[in-house]
Amino acid sequence: MTDNSLTSELGALGYDAALESASLARLQPSYGLFIDGQFTEPSRHQQFTSINPATEETIATVAMASSSDVDVAVASARRAYNKVWSKTSGAERAKYLYRIARLIQERSRELAVVETLDNGKPIRETRDIDVPLAAAYFFYYAGWADKLEYAGYGPNPQPVGVAGQIIPWNFPLLMAAWKLAPALAAGNTCVLKPAETTPLSALILAEILQQAGLPEGVVNIVTGDGTTGAALVDHPGVDKIAFTGSTEVGRLIQERVAPTSKRLTLELGGKGANIVFDDAPIDEVIEGIIDGIFYNQGHVCCAGSRLLVQESVADEVLRRLLRRVDQLRVGNPMDKNTDVGAINSAAQLERIRELSNWGEQEGATRYTSSCDLPAKGYWFAPTVFANVAQSHRIAREEIFGPVLSVLTFRTPEEAIAKANNSKYGLACGVWSEKGSRTLWVAQRLRAGVIWANTYNKFDPTSPFGGVRESGFGREGGRHGLEAYLDV
Amino acid sequence: MLVPAVISVPAIHNEDELRRFVRSFSGVDAVGVESRVAKLGTRSLKKSTKMSAIDMAISMVDLTTLEGSDTEGRVTSLCTKARRPDPSDLAVPSVAAVCVYPDLVAHARHVLGDATVAVASVATAFPSGRASRNVKLLDVADAVGAGAHEVDMVIDRGAFLAGRWGQVFDEIVAVKAACGGAHLKVILETGELVTYDNVKRASWIAMLAGADFIKTSTGKVGVNATLPVALVMLEAARDFAEQTGQMVGVKVAGGIRTTKDALKYLVVVNETVGASWLTPEYFRFGASSLLNDLLMQRRKQRTGAYVRPDEFSGD
Repeated sequence: MTDNSLTSELGALGYDAALESASLARLQPSYGLFIDGQFTEPSRHQQFTSINPATEETIATVAMASSSDVDVAVASARRAYNKVWSKTSGAERAKYLYRIARLIQERSRELAVVETLDNGKPIRETRDIDVPLAAAYFFYYAGWADKLEYAGYGPNPQPVGVAGQIIPWNFPLLMAAWKLAPALAAGNTCVLKPAETTPLSALILAEILQQAGLPEGVVNIVTGDGTTGAALVDHPGVDKIAFTGSTEVGRLIQERVAPTSKRLTLELGGKGANIVFDDAPIDEVIEGIIDGIFYNQGHVCCAGSRLLVQESVADEVLRRLLRRVDQLRVGNPMDKNTDVGAINSAAQLERIRELSNWGEQEGATRYTSSCDLPAKGYWFAPTVFANVAQSHRIAREEIFGPVLSVLTFRTPEEAIAKANNSKYGLACGVWSEKGSRTLWVAQRLRAGVIWANTYNKFDPTSPFGGVRESGFGREGGRHGLEAYLDV
Repeated sequence: MLVPAVISVPAIHNEDELRRFVRSFSGVDAVGVESRVAKLGTRSLKKSTKMSAIDMAISMVDLTTLEGSDTEGRVTSLCTKARRPDPSDLAVPSVAAVCVYPDLVAHARHVLGDATVAVASVATAFPSGRASRNVKLLDVADAVGAGAHEVDMVIDRGAFLAGRWGQVFDEIVAVKAACGGAHLKVILETGELVTYDNVKRASWIAMLAGADFIKTSTGKVGVNATLPVALVMLEAARDFAEQTGQMVGVKVAGGIRTTKDALKYLVVVNETVGASWLTPEYFRFGASSLLNDLLMQRRKQRTGAYVRPDEFSGD
């Protein structure tokens, strides 16, 4: 029920389709497991399909790893650790990482297309963000590989051994890079389990690891569902588990890892507060709110899904925000001009719908973009809820979709109290032209990441991670090494 | 101070009121503006969109020659080209205006006759603006008297940077009065204002004082039109229109030489202020060499092949 009088004249210069070519993906019809440097058939010959969420078409068939496949993968990683990788100097390890980074750059277009087809996110984002950032993380950690003694963890920090790494579907390639790059730089070997709905870019990465000549078994990739992940978590041969995903699954993992000697880092959900003060630069605030919640269809753990706006400018911010939301280009992710792509899966779409319906039931005011949605595929129009109360489900639970909840505050104290009144603590944004206030507020927010006058910006040099139910441990920066060193 | 007629913006009677009003707006975040235009810069215009955008850009060109060495012959050539940019293809629209120094206005009017192409003249001691108010007003009167439809004035950047905003305001009001029926474009010379906050404030001062257009640059300093500056000015024009009901145009000038650049500006207009500004009445490119690149790209769109640059006339 968007007020169309605000939005009538934007985007009059309609854009013809500017489609990236799907054939660039060069996808094979089916993929095996990547174990001991080779693509292998799974022991039980079970397979599952990966679909394009924008069209619901099957794009490849992928092996389902059983617990015995995980056994083989972990054994391969252990062998590679004992015989090769733990004896490879930091400078040598760096060479491999640099090589991987350069190969990601060389195959960037292919990777971007694969990621968009498999995940449903716009090609503009995979091309300009996911893939370049993935390369950047490998470049960054390559630099650390021979400098670990200067990382602040003692004179000769040692790797932990075999790392089991489970990654989510929202940034498949980038999360693989976040996990693999620091682990390898620190001298560990890895068994990586990509998300069930988005396994393909990790398998292209496996080809890149082969191209880079990475010794066999240093990285193993086992595709599958939750049972594959559980087998990896429970495996006695794994020294460390790194998990990125939902708080629900993170809690299960922590329970299962607790009685073992495994190390654990968890990067879980969030309900990020994006706090807008009345002196903030308003046009850039609007873009920041948009980037905070509609980037990657809102499938971002650190998304700024709660907008806290100072009451004195709330109407003005909301008016401009709705005008801008209506103008987001939603549709075919392969179109270079698309801003918001497809929801990753039917299950996720259902969850977004359910929570949005709760928003209406609990009395929030719903505004939905007037954009047209494609007939096939999983789609959800960008949505803003105004008049949201702190007690509403849409203010407390992670929706993980393009849905923003707008709340107001009057004083900085109230903003902080509301922002911190969440079980999560991953990320917050603070918007103000007054530096002293930004710092004062930032000191009092309980979150791992705080952005000032920007949102959803990532950089390999900067640590990322949460507090409370958003998890523990840091990825990125010097801090990211700690998770993979015996310190 | 002179008070121009505006609706629902507080009447401004003195410099204090002007300062208070203009300072009441939020600042501009440089990182945010630059990343916004960088993102818009990745828009991909294809096929019919590209063709119509190229035609739109051609129709928005103020074909400009502002050299000490300008001659009547050169202006004749420019006017001929302005009317019919590509003689081999009559579907190509005329440009919006030719822009010349005041002494060549009468000649341009004569050459253009009853063509739809307007004659614009720079004035007010262009490009530096370093002259007394009387001299500036005489300069304007001269141009208007010679038949200029549009006057491109420069603001007093020295006064603006020194905080004498009332002086800047008054001068624009006075020039506007001297323009009579001619359209007034106010050049902010954003390359000398340096910060986006200054650009936003100067835009508001110019619009409050009665500008029909706000324009980025003279083309005579090191930094001319940039996309982020254009965005800040467009947003100011949009906000001004929302508050007053009056639409003010935006002209970007200097350094825009390629079709690719021009289309980026059109995308920024399209996605930030919208269709109302996507006409020559409210958006212009001050340029000279841009036109030939637009013609070349247009031909490429139509025939699928590039032609030699010399297919199109130099002036």
